[in-house]
Parts: sequence; structure tokens; C-alpha cells
Amino acid sequence: MTGIDAKAQEVIEEFELFDDWMDKYNHLIELGKSLPEISDSDKEDKYLVKGCQARVWLLAGLENGKVVFTADSDALITKGIVALLIRVLSDQPPGDIVDADLSFIDKIGLKEHLSQTRSNGLLNMIKQMKLYALAYQRSGQA
Amino acid sequence: MSINIEKLRQEFPILQQVVNNRPLVYLDNAATTQKPKVVMERLLRYYETENSNIHRGAHFLSSQATEAYEQARKTIQRFINARHHYEVIFTRGTTEAINLVASSFCKKFIKQGDEILISAMEHHANIVPWQMACEDYGAVLKVIPMNEAGELDMNAFQQLLGKKTRLVAVTHISNALGTINPVKEIIDIAHARDIPVLVDGAQATPHMAIDVQAMDCDFYCFSGHKMYGPMGVGVLYGKEKWLNEMPPYQGGGEMISEVRFDKTTYNELPFKFEAGTPNVADVLGMEAAMNFISSLGHEAIAIHENSLLQYATDRLQELEKIRFVGTAKQKTGVLSFLFTDIHPYDTGTILDKLGIAVRTGHHCAQPVMDFFDIPGTVRASLALYNTREEIDILMAGLQKVREMLA
Ligand SMILES: Cc1ncc(COP(=O)(O)O)c(C=O)c1O
Repeated sequence: MTGIDAKAQEVIEEFELFDDWMDKYNHLIELGKSLPEISDSDKEDKYLVKGCQARVWLLAGLENGKVVFTADSDALITKGIVALLIRVLSDQPPGDIVDADLSFIDKIGLKEHLSQTRSNGLLNMIKQMKLYALAYQRSGQA
Repeated sequence: MSINIEKLRQEFPILQQVVNNRPLVYLDNAATTQKPKVVMERLLRYYETENSNIHRGAHFLSSQATEAYEQARKTIQRFINARHHYEVIFTRGTTEAINLVASSFCKKFIKQGDEILISAMEHHANIVPWQMACEDYGAVLKVIPMNEAGELDMNAFQQLLGKKTRLVAVTHISNALGTINPVKEIIDIAHARDIPVLVDGAQATPHMAIDVQAMDCDFYCFSGHKMYGPMGVGVLYGKEKWLNEMPPYQGGGEMISEVRFDKTTYNELPFKFEAGTPNVADVLGMEAAMNFISSLGHEAIAIHENSLLQYATDRLQELEKIRFVGTAKQKTGVLSFLFTDIHPYDTGTILDKLGIAVRTGHHCAQPVMDFFDIPGTVRASLALYNTREEIDILMAGLQKVREMLA
């Protein structure tokens, strides 16, 4: 079990506590609010994830051989989902991120956000995170 | 005659559905309307008893289907009061109708340096085909500006009409704002300078009676699916004189008179513009939808929808930090809005969870969103089957949104 799997499992268990969609979304919104801010100077168009209805900025860096993601969004629910992705994928080795199984999103009942209309956004976000990881993996920095 | 809404809703089976454990509240009618049973029954009857290729076989079924198809053309002719039935061309929808004109009209009439005039509130379907044509022929696209209420600037329009203007293409009703444009006035002004006008009627045909002769437009485009009919079918109305002068759009069967390898001659109207096997079933479905609308009466529909729009506008105004986008004096049942402190996407997500179908985003009118400098809006769009109770549910949903997100 990779660190990512363990984090994903943790998220699944956390969301099992909610039997009401509203509690779940309130939790997501709280997660979004607690996501560390990125500086306004980082909110550049080149960091925007394509295909989201809301704007999402995603940045990555490498620290001690692990990829660290930071992000922001102008929509709160989207930001909550980004926060979840960051919790699971950030601070992990590039190879693990590239191979990560992200079915936890489906398991916690946010599958609709993976649908085409809702947000190619979330799919693109995941793709972008994996691409960053792949670039670090290829460049052999890790 | 007023409409009995409860009874009418029984005609729309999909409205009885439950989504996300709640009764569906369908307020995305500007995207597409739901279909009454009469429309679905018509499709079924065609495939069960009439299906065959038209204008070709000499057998019983074929002549029956051909008869039905051409009868539908006449129904539609009456519905929009066209002078001739052959001025009604069947297309896949508004988009294809506009593309047909952008392709065929421009091929014949547009030259380097000519100008095509559209407006600031067009759907992408009435922007991109003209941009493509302008690129092909070295023409220039000009845009009639609008004011903060979402109304066209008619003075600017007059100034923009010039010696090089070859065509004006404007929407009858804006899908993003609900504005009803003064198309008659636009047409009269353009015609005074011998400039033809295309009207995008996609959002108008479900809500108001259309009389293309009184309006005197040169082209009128609309989609079946936005007026309680099937998807994938629509109409281009064009004045005979233009349609006769324009070259064919696509080549193929049906649109020819004689084919020889050295020279092919084209069929007469309307067939010249209907290459290939047409969408017969959906044309008949669209006819059924028009008969459905006519049986209720445009006036009764407008009375119901206008009173609902008034009610919804009044109610939503009670909400804190709501900003309406599109506040034209003349408008149809489109409520485009956002909370100034909540992203429209968040609002739409919560409403969806509550079983309320609205659309969020730019509504295929990005320039409109840029004009208002907003990321998009939440759009609740009304149809003849919507009720005050549904507006109340929307209102409660929006209060819930504020509770959760503000
Ligand atoms: C004003 C307007 N024009 C054109 C269209 C395109 O219609 P269709 O997608 O049916 O071709 C729409 C539909 O969204 C519309 O609202």
C-alpha cells in the first residue's frame, strides 16, 4: 500500500461518517476554506487548469524527492475537491502519483464531478497533477 | 383560454421524475425543452407504420411518408406564416441553418472588404459561422454593442450600417439574457439600405407567434428541440429570391435534377438545400410539437410565462447579494443571475443536489460574460409547464446555497 492509497483510504473513512449529502458538501466547503492560500502573484494564466467552469490554479514543486502541490480556485466546492486531491497526492513520490488509482473520488460519492459536463475540470486537474509528476520522474530529479 | 398547468404537466412524463431523491424541477428550458407525449407518439407511429425513404420509392409506404413529410412542411409554413412552403428548408437545427446561410449566401454575395454585422449578445452559433466566412472571403465582422441592461444600442446599429454591409445577423431573443430584440425595427432600418437580415429564432419560437412576412426577415432559423419537439431537427426559412440565388450547401441525393459526369443540374427549392435522406421522423415530431403549441395558443402561453417571470423576478430579488444579468425591458422567461459573493458553479452544484436543473456557465455566449466581466451566470429558464411552486423551490434552494456558501 502506497502513501497515496493510505491517504485515499483515510478520506473514504472520513466521508463515510456523513450520511447526508449536505453534510458532505459542507465538509468539502470547509476543506476548501482551509486549503493554504497561494500568493496572488502565482495566480497566473499559465497555471490555470483547462476546461473547468471555475478557475483553478495548480502549481507543483519538488521537495526531498516528493512532489508538492499547491492550488486555488475561485469556486469553493471546486476548491474543496482540489484540497482533497492535494491531501491525497501531495508530498508523494512522482512515480506513485503517476500510477495512482483515484477511485476514492467515486467511492466518496463525488463521481458526478468526474462527469464530462460538470468538470472535465476535475479530470483535467488529475491529469495535470500526473503530468507534473511524470515530468519530475522523467527529469530524474527524483 | 388559460392553461391548466397541472393537467398539462401530465403530458410530459419526464417531469414526474425524481432526481437526487427529490422531484425534478426542470428550469433549463432555454437549453432544451421537454417533450409532450404527442411528440413521442408521433415518432413511434412513424417508425411503426410509415417508415420508408421519401421522394424515391413508388410504393405505398414511400408515398405515404413523402406525403406526411411535405404536409409537415406546410404546417411549418403556416406556423411561421411563410409565403411559400418551399421557403421552409429542413436542417439539423439552428446551428446548421445559420451555417447553411453563412456558407451559401457568403459564397455568392460576400467579397473582400465586405462587412457582416452581428450583435454583442449572439450565441456562438451566430458568431463562429460568420467568422469562418469572413476568414474565407476576407470580409470583416462588426458587432452591434449593447448596454448594461442587455439591450442593443440602436444608434450604434445605424452608424455601423455602411456601404459595405452585406448582411445583418441578429438573435430574436438572447439565450443568455432573455432580451427580446426589436427585430422588426432592425429589419426596416437595414432594408432601407437594401441589406438583408437573418434572425436567429432559436429562443423565440417556443414563446411567441412568429410571422416571417410581417417581420419581413430574409432568413429565420430555429430548432425543434427548443420548442417541445425532437432534437436534431430544425428549420431555415429563407425568402425565395435569396434561396434561388444561393448555391447549394451540400451535394448528394435529392438535391439534384440531373447528374452527368460532365455536368450536374440542381433540383428546385426546397430540395436544392436538402441533400441526402432527411430526418423524416423528427420533422414529423416537430410538426406535432407545433400543433401542440398551437392547440394551447401563443397568447395563453405568453400570459402564463410572463406572469411566472414576474413572480420569479420579484421573489429572487428578495435574496441578498443577487445580481441579475439581463434586465431588458422586453424579455422572456430567462433569469440569468449570480450571487456576488458565490461562484455560479457552486450555486449550480447545490441546486442540482436539490433536484433543480439550471444551467451555469457562459451559455455559449462568452462575449456576453466578458462584457459583464463575470465568470458566468446561473440561468433558470422557464417553459409553459413551470409553476410558481417550482419557483418557490428554486427560491428555497437559493436560500440554502447562501446558508452553505456565503
Ligand atoms: C440563441 C441561440 N441560437 C442558436 C442556438 C443553437 O441551437 P442548436 O444547438 O439547436 O443548433 C441556441 C441554442 O442553444 C440558441 O439559444
